[in-house]
Amino acid sequence: MRLLAGCLFAAAGCILFAGCLHHEPPADLVIINFTEPESLDPAIVTGIAEMRLTKALFEGLLRLDGTNARPSPGLAERWEISPQGTIYTFYLRSNLAWSTGEPLTTADVVYSWRRALDPATASDYAAQLFCLKNAEAFYNGKIKDPAAVGIRALDSRRLEVELEHPLAFFPDVCCMPVTAVVPRQIIDREGDRWLSARPLPVSGPYELEAWRLNDKVRLHKNPRYWDASHTQSDVVDMLPIGSPNVALNLYETGLADIVWDKDLIPVELQEVLAKRPDFHAYDYLGTYFYRFNVTRKPLDDARVRRAFALATDRERIIRKLTHGGEKAAFHFVPDGTANYQSPEGLPFDPARARQLLAEAGFPGGRGFPRLQFAFYSAASGGAKLQGDLAIELQQMWRDGLGIETELRQIERKIFMGVQSRLEFDVCASSWIADYDDANTFLDLFTSNSGNNRTGWKNAHYDQLLQAANSQTDVHQRAQLFREAESLLVTEEAPIVPVYFYTGFNYFDPAKIEGIWQNLLDEHPVQSIRRIKARQTH
Amino acid sequence: MYFLKRLLLVPPLLLLISFLAFVLVHLAPGGPFDRDRGPASPEIERAIRAKYHLDEPVLKQYARYLGLVWEKDPHGHWRHAPASFDISLKYRNHSVTAIIAQALPVSATLGFLAFGFALGVGLPVGYFTSVRRGRWEDYAGSLFALLVICVPALVVAPLLLMIFAIHWRLFPVALWGSPWHAVLPTTALGLYFSGRVARLLQEGMLAVMPSEFITAARAKGLGENAVLLKHAFRLAVLPVVSYSGPMLADLLTGSFIIESIFQIPGLGMQLINSSLNSDYTVTVALALLYALLLILLNLLVDFAYVLLDRRVAYQ
Repeated sequence: MRLLAGCLFAAAGCILFAGCLHHEPPADLVIINFTEPESLDPAIVTGIAEMRLTKALFEGLLRLDGTNARPSPGLAERWEISPQGTIYTFYLRSNLAWSTGEPLTTADVVYSWRRALDPATASDYAAQLFCLKNAEAFYNGKIKDPAAVGIRALDSRRLEVELEHPLAFFPDVCCMPVTAVVPRQIIDREGDRWLSARPLPVSGPYELEAWRLNDKVRLHKNPRYWDASHTQSDVVDMLPIGSPNVALNLYETGLADIVWDKDLIPVELQEVLAKRPDFHAYDYLGTYFYRFNVTRKPLDDARVRRAFALATDRERIIRKLTHGGEKAAFHFVPDGTANYQSPEGLPFDPARARQLLAEAGFPGGRGFPRLQFAFYSAASGGAKLQGDLAIELQQMWRDGLGIETELRQIERKIFMGVQSRLEFDVCASSWIADYDDANTFLDLFTSNSGNNRTGWKNAHYDQLLQAANSQTDVHQRAQLFREAESLLVTEEAPIVPVYFYTGFNYFDPAKIEGIWQNLLDEHPVQSIRRIKARQTH
Repeated sequence: MYFLKRLLLVPPLLLLISFLAFVLVHLAPGGPFDRDRGPASPEIERAIRAKYHLDEPVLKQYARYLGLVWEKDPHGHWRHAPASFDISLKYRNHSVTAIIAQALPVSATLGFLAFGFALGVGLPVGYFTSVRRGRWEDYAGSLFALLVICVPALVVAPLLLMIFAIHWRLFPVALWGSPWHAVLPTTALGLYFSGRVARLLQEGMLAVMPSEFITAARAKGLGENAVLLKHAFRLAVLPVVSYSGPMLADLLTGSFIIESIFQIPGLGMQLINSSLNSDYTVTVALALLYALLLILLNLLVDFAYVLLDRRVAYQ
């Protein structure tokens, strides 16, 4: 017994030292960044929290300005566009270097883009680069020679990019993580584990000092970054926390400076928090909507879908349920999207809704089959809201249309599969902009989009989008998009927009500076600084 | 000899468990790459599935998991395909071993501390409630034991947090790093087990005390403390010892609730999240780890029996 106890205590002692004590000096800035990043490889990441981190580590030709989230020069100091709008010539800065000291050249950019387009990399966002000449054919294996893809180094500082057709938002694409420049010297050697290599060459403002799963990512200023003189904080901890309660506790006790994710607001406390000066709400390019499965009867009838849209009282939803200043959505592309004004969409008009339903053969909802409304149980703050929204919609359709729906709550991961395999009647959905352009929303519902998830295919819609994206004139482009969106939300209605998201974060403006609210929730880490020392207990 | 035989059974048992776990996680609905935003084109989705061999039959995937697959390379040569057990599907830049190597020490530390807490609190409480039968110490101790068993960690942990971390600010509200960070989670995790230990010991003592050999020891003129500690306790603690094996296995592999509430980067969080995320390889590896711990600790318990009770012998 004594021997056993002795052994156990000795083992416990050893492990205690191994697991409990890492002596780390405190960081200059502690940010709660939402759940653990799946990856820090800019070609792989898909989540917003991960992208915030990869942008601190790896930069592309351009970067988003922290004040207004518009593209601004990054590794490239300037660029020229050919008169047809298909050839971009980028000029890299003269003072570019990897954090490990090697020069960073156009060859690194070419490598990084080709890597993202290599199916073996398995990049989710590879399609963003399909706008390059021959890129899609290369991805699909129809062209074997990577040199045929429209990107080439003219010399060590000049880079030429050739597009399939003019693309108005191409500068926005050049800000996306999937185009960021990554170190070939390490990736070739280490494969998928390359981020564990030390030293890890980075092209962005911060080096990766430590990455412990579910613990923290510690960033350290990269002194060789071209704009290092403007990096405001030397050591930054990004905590992977998905629980709104833990986030609030850490913030309230002074262990974290900034909480920045709309899913990190405890819904129960939202109304109380909203009144505080350190709580910030702002317009954000994201839409909550619901999808119809148009392959199922009677949802294949546009009149039925329009009836649902007309019977949805958005104002009641934002008044009763969301309490963060969200705005009612009658169209899909959020207000404020650059160079664009959406069509009006279908208003709340229950009388017209009933009339349409009657025309479709279901007067007063008689004979209408029982539908299922699918939604997911969110693990974090939004869980209760998802359920409440479903109940509210169910009530509206019952009152307005005489249609009975059954609520089907599904675990999140399974829900996503159900959605993409079209195993639902109606389902809750949301979309957050990848970049500030109407295309990031409207592109979803093209016939071949992997995120269409409605079964709705419309050749005219596809043509309109293609025409818009080849159009160089801003006004004509907006007009084409407007026509397409009108088809989407007014005439065909495979989706019904409900409300536009509000972005939230909390930090004390008296202690923190360098965060500007913008439509993409874009807050470059390097511009944030703590003005007052953090008070800890 | 008996223990050697049992050790020999471990590898085939683990293989069986790995197979069952592998097949079960693949049967569950949802896949690792079912996400809010799917890839923009079907070719991309195919490329991702092909990279992680999710397009193959489950049995072939299992063979690949163990490293038993040979494939033709583009030049037509047969080559051994690397085993896939170490590749996490969710955390694509980490290996499964690295994930466990990071989380196990944390969970194990917390587990040992909670184990120490459970025995340190549970044994004295159990002992005193039984020797002071019918007095206030008995009522207070029994009430304590009952209470901590009934009130789940889900309630205890936020209460502790509210009182000690938020109101009095004695300990940090969350995170892991210094011994201070370990105090509240250890207490929250250990309390339930201390109640179980207290009750087991109390029952054991009450069952042993009327025995003839205790009466004989008293008749021999031994002091009350010597009778209770040397003779009665030794037998009464046996149920606690047999409970210790599974308890330790349970504690060492981490608790999802405690780790979530205190944001501790341990295994419990990994086990739940990996199954929710369909991170097949991590789930299977953790199931194996848990099985291995359970088997070894039970073996250790049986061994301890021999030391404690001379009547026990294994053939």
